Amino acid sequence: MGSIKDRVAIVGMGCTRFGELWNKGMEDLAVEAAYEAYDDAGISKENIEACWYSQVMAPVIGVSGTVAADSLKLGNIPIIRNENWCTSGHIALIEACLAVASGAYDIVMALGVEKLKDTGFPGLGTGRGMHPVYEARRTSPGSFGLIAQRYFKTYGLDDRQGREVLARIEVKNHDNGSLCPKAHFRNKITVEKVLNAPIIAYPLGLFDCCGNSDGAACAIVTSAERAKEFRSDPIYLKGFGVATDSVMPHFRPGFSWTSFDSLVTSSHKAYEMAGIRNPREELDVAEVHDCFSITELLIYEDFDLSPRGKAKEDVESGFFTREGKLPVNIDGGLKCFGHPIGASGLRMTYEIYKQLQGKAELPERQVKNPRLGLAHTFGGPPQISAVAIFGNEKG
Amino acid sequence: MLGISLIGSHIPVLRIDRGIIATNWNRPSLGGERSVANNDEDSITMAVEASRNCLRDTGPQDIDGLFFATTTAPYKEKMNAALIATAADLKREISTADFAHSLRAGTGALKAALDAVNSGSLARCLVSAADCRIGYPRSDQEQAFGDGAAAVVVSRENVVALFEGSHSISNDMIDVWRNPEDTFVKTWEARFVLGEGYANHMTEVISGILKKYGLEPKAVSRVIIPSPDMRSYKNVAKRLGFDLDSQVEDPMISTVGYCGTAQPILMLVNALEKASPGELILLAAYADGADALLFRVTDEIKKASHHRKINAYLNEKIMLPSYARFLSYKGLVETLPGEPFRLFPSATVTWRDRNSIIRAHGSRCRQCGSLAFPVQRVCFNCNAKDDFDEEPIANLEGEVFTFTLDNLAGRSDDPVVIQTVAEFGKDKARFYGMMTDCEPSEVKVGMAVGLTFRRIYEGAGMHNYFWKCRPLRNGRSE
Repeated sequence: MGSIKDRVAIVGMGCTRFGELWNKGMEDLAVEAAYEAYDDAGISKENIEACWYSQVMAPVIGVSGTVAADSLKLGNIPIIRNENWCTSGHIALIEACLAVASGAYDIVMALGVEKLKDTGFPGLGTGRGMHPVYEARRTSPGSFGLIAQRYFKTYGLDDRQGREVLARIEVKNHDNGSLCPKAHFRNKITVEKVLNAPIIAYPLGLFDCCGNSDGAACAIVTSAERAKEFRSDPIYLKGFGVATDSVMPHFRPGFSWTSFDSLVTSSHKAYEMAGIRNPREELDVAEVHDCFSITELLIYEDFDLSPRGKAKEDVESGFFTREGKLPVNIDGGLKCFGHPIGASGLRMTYEIYKQLQGKAELPERQVKNPRLGLAHTFGGPPQISAVAIFGNEKG
Repeated sequence: MLGISLIGSHIPVLRIDRGIIATNWNRPSLGGERSVANNDEDSITMAVEASRNCLRDTGPQDIDGLFFATTTAPYKEKMNAALIATAADLKREISTADFAHSLRAGTGALKAALDAVNSGSLARCLVSAADCRIGYPRSDQEQAFGDGAAAVVVSRENVVALFEGSHSISNDMIDVWRNPEDTFVKTWEARFVLGEGYANHMTEVISGILKKYGLEPKAVSRVIIPSPDMRSYKNVAKRLGFDLDSQVEDPMISTVGYCGTAQPILMLVNALEKASPGELILLAAYADGADALLFRVTDEIKKASHHRKINAYLNEKIMLPSYARFLSYKGLVETLPGEPFRLFPSATVTWRDRNSIIRAHGSRCRQCGSLAFPVQRVCFNCNAKDDFDEEPIANLEGEVFTFTLDNLAGRSDDPVVIQTVAEFGKDKARFYGMMTDCEPSEVKVGMAVGLTFRRIYEGAGMHNYFWKCRPLRNGRSE
């Protein structure tokens, strides 16, 4: 696999407030994210040569990029819709970067929009994948509850110990989210509150699960050579990795349920391209896919941020808190933003982009002098993972 | 030798104390408890379980006929027996038929099987009967009915109960019936139903068969008189001169209830599970006339049979805690569904994937020998393409590998869906699905489980069936 390290840069980004936005439709969300990004990059829609559009929920056979075209009046340019479950936003962005790196386009847009709160029910519904029988009763919390149960068993944690480790992750994320104006949930919580909350899919309780929200985020991508024409502090793509595991993990013989090949592979590919040998030491900030508390725990280990089976110790020592060595989900993560599926990858990238520019809204949530940041999404049954690593300097 | 060679039954794990039903209506309890089909069971799934149980020692390969009897067929048009045959993993080259519309359909199917095997048309015919009838709320039937299934194999070899003869009477009367649009069983005045209908015809058919074969009542070792209530059979037995204690079989009303079409077969299985060589068994059944059949127990009965016995079913039960749950499990109270399904059922998918979905076949790779479920064209392990043999996993024992208690997908009267990943057999084939017949609090990683055929959801105007895990609380053979 080749490399596009330092060949493309993000020169503008936008992100809506996330939440139960009853009075905003998909088109409103697209307009707000895109126009913030235009302003940030100092461009207008006429400059956009192609758009990679991420949206997961589709009410009919195909929706293509019509929402982007109709709302933004992006007439007669390619709009390529990406649907890869929770990783859609990241993969749209990566595809946009690859298109610029190829030389085919100079300025492109990656836009993720999701309107979950028009469905009439609070979750994502039941059933994932393609089969009406094998998938019939699967819910998102259930899929990840299976992982938590097995993780506890494998590492000898009783239910109380296991749930307490997970609770600390969510206490951290809510603490971070409380400082983030665009987050859906901005309340601080305690371990006791997490443990006493209603169970959603045992052993996962209410606070182990991210919310369902509406939101949109947008990135303007150009070549690294041209980046400084738009701004003095562009953010460069250092590396990426995408992996869709070849099998339904649920039926795969011997599958451990405590580690996912797609997580390991995608992160290692991204580290390799970015030239990172020791991510625990070299990364300054990371946004990872905390759809559920257990997911964040698993990612610490599969991403080599914690030694295998030892993530508990890093959680307990505060390694991943705002004040810790490697702040993870410093904006509150999916836990506080909720997870409008197609938008999340770009929302996480927005946070890394702002952190690397030193432009977090409040000084108390700005990481000190960051150089490298990672953004990541993980989706499906789960089986698909996308990682992108960004830096604020070339080389 | 013509007769019954294999036997099996299925009694749902759920029971309700009749006192709960009675108290709710401020009525006296009939006493005891009744079985209640779980909310994922129907007459097809119960017949499948009874059939699999019946075939446990021999497997399905030699069966060349399946006759299914019920008055509560999930499909009014479409052969229910064809689905049961597939789920029981019977071969394709068999005769199947549904027997329906009467509580005598069970003995009718049995007689037809005996005739078919006697004529040489079939060699080994499986007869499976199941019912889950619904009595009006507050009625005696609501308490008396039970849900259950039983199955026997009729053949000329390895016969445990030799068929010695039969006698039948047909009689048209409107005593117990259902019109096409009816949910509940209708009855005429009880004295007409039980006196002119049940008692007179039972008496007539039993005295008729005794006379036909020159037998005195005392020659019969076990007389099976299915009973719609706790005592009607006693009056018949007394009138005919049978000794209640030594000759008359327990009608299973106090433990299971009256399982309609399945009841005569269920009682026959129960009798054979206790019988000794040489015993003469008289089986009677009433509805629109009556049937009587005579069987002589052979030495074959002494050979160990590993099918799950009725006693094991009776000893394993989960008590329904409320009348409300009973009503909702019977479909009489609508429940709030869980989060909606995002995937709609498809007749073509179920048909195309029937070997995995309905037969529970996995694939064993010819290259590396690994076993996977459902059937995989490309091997999980060695990536060999289209080089496998199908292999059933339904009868394997497994262990829970991981699970979750999901509160989102369940319906409001059964809110916790136990999602389960289990490893089956020595090859540790992975199965992912739901757990049933289980209290959420009893699920543990490592717990022993088997597979059971269940109805998983309704959609696209059809029923959708698949396999679920169920706890093996006392081991398989128990």
